[in-house]
Amino acid sequence: MIAVNKENFEQEVLQADGVVMVDWWGPKCEHCMELMPSVEELAGKYQGRLKFCSVDTSGNRRLAISQKVLGLPAILFYKDGQKIGELAGQEIQPEDIEATIKQYAK
Amino acid sequence: MADVYDLLILGGGPGGLAAGIYGARAKLKTGIIEKGKPGGQAATTEELENYPGFGPGTTGSGLTKAMADHAAQFGADFIKDTVAALDLTGSPKKVKGKKGEYLAKAVIFALGAEPRMLGVPGEGKLRGKGVSYCATCDADLFTELDVIVVGSGDAAIEEAEYLTRFAENVTIIVIHEEGKVDANKVSAERAFQDPRLNWKWNSIVKSINGDELVESVTLKNIKTGTEEEFSTNGVFIFIGTQPKTELLQGIVELSPQGYVLTNKKMETNLEGVFAAGDCCDKYLRQVVTATADGAIAAFAAEKYIRETELWEKEVLTPQHPVLVAFYNPTDMAGTEKVGIIDKFMQGKDNLSLVKVDATRNELVKKRYRLDTGKLPVVYLFQQGEVKASLEDINMKKIQELVK
Repeated sequence: MIAVNKENFEQEVLQADGVVMVDWWGPKCEHCMELMPSVEELAGKYQGRLKFCSVDTSGNRRLAISQKVLGLPAILFYKDGQKIGELAGQEIQPEDIEATIKQYAK
Repeated sequence: MADVYDLLILGGGPGGLAAGIYGARAKLKTGIIEKGKPGGQAATTEELENYPGFGPGTTGSGLTKAMADHAAQFGADFIKDTVAALDLTGSPKKVKGKKGEYLAKAVIFALGAEPRMLGVPGEGKLRGKGVSYCATCDADLFTELDVIVVGSGDAAIEEAEYLTRFAENVTIIVIHEEGKVDANKVSAERAFQDPRLNWKWNSIVKSINGDELVESVTLKNIKTGTEEEFSTNGVFIFIGTQPKTELLQGIVELSPQGYVLTNKKMETNLEGVFAAGDCCDKYLRQVVTATADGAIAAFAAEKYIRETELWEKEVLTPQHPVLVAFYNPTDMAGTEKVGIIDKFMQGKDNLSLVKVDATRNELVKKRYRLDTGKLPVVYLFQQGEVKASLEDINMKKIQELVK
């Protein structure tokens, strides 16, 4: 997983080739912290078939809002600089994330 | 076949965790099924300063983590799964999760409650886009932005104060007359003194508006009937909770609002099924009452399990006939009559006698609809079934009963 911030978001996510998954999280978001090991496991499992990034929103608040993220956790999928998919809310489970990854994986 | 737990606890919030501590410490094989991280709703509370012995500075996530560790120390198993279906009438009781099936002698239902939704246009679409039910999770995203808080109970007032640390403007939308809130007096007075909080009285939210993010809400003054569009970036909704009891519909008795009905032992109307915490029909929903429920439920479940096991072994399983004498130990004359059966038993090989203090054994009282006003009474069991009974005990009648 690549830790992305306001400086390199453009380059790592919007300019990237193929599909990029971005896990938006925050240290105060219990559900984000709980999902994180599963997200990292999925990033390992689907390595090379999708690019995996994460953003700590606590230092990148404006970036989050620019991407219309105003609630955590949020898992967004991008392709060619465009948002193509999104999972948001307290109900997200690892199975949901994997199902969406499968949909976009090469 | 999967292992049979003595006690399975559904839900890892404070109620479930306390039940886990009591169950595991009583040497029951105890499992706690929780879909995510233990802690429940309490884990998302930033400040939790009214749990006895844990004052200011305590966090919901810290306290519930300590409870989970405590339960694990005593040997409770944590099972990470989502409860999907229940079959609680037979024995053992079956709990189907998304990942596996679990069996148990007794079950404590402690799946808690979830935030109630407002049910207004825009709420679903803008969830995570400014609509939030968790200030701790999302507050810092609203730094320098404007937010409203809907509701005036303890959660609403406390979370509104927390939000003032981040947001530029925090406005509380209250349905009541000016000066009236549902929160406890201490919180309310502190909030009224807080210059960072703004108030909108006699008001309800009619809709949440915005395209990609929340832009405004439409408020209605219920006294004057006037509507206004109020600009905001965030809508934090704290208007109470609703129980997560869909799985119990038609299985145990629920209140009209869907809360589980229990007695003082946290028993539901179904044998061996207990409930604890916010999912119960109760007066006060707090961490301290949830843990109390959990302790009571686990204690009652332990008693149920022990009584059931003993009953199985001594009365229902034997191939030979079994006499069961139900008595009241405080009734001397009645207890003496039980002595007649003792005498009768002398030299009888193919018959056993079990004496039950009917004033203490809830299980048999319920199962056999025993009238504790008519003790002592003798039942004859054969292959697990009641074959005959006798109220007026004397030697001749006992001999006839066993024939």
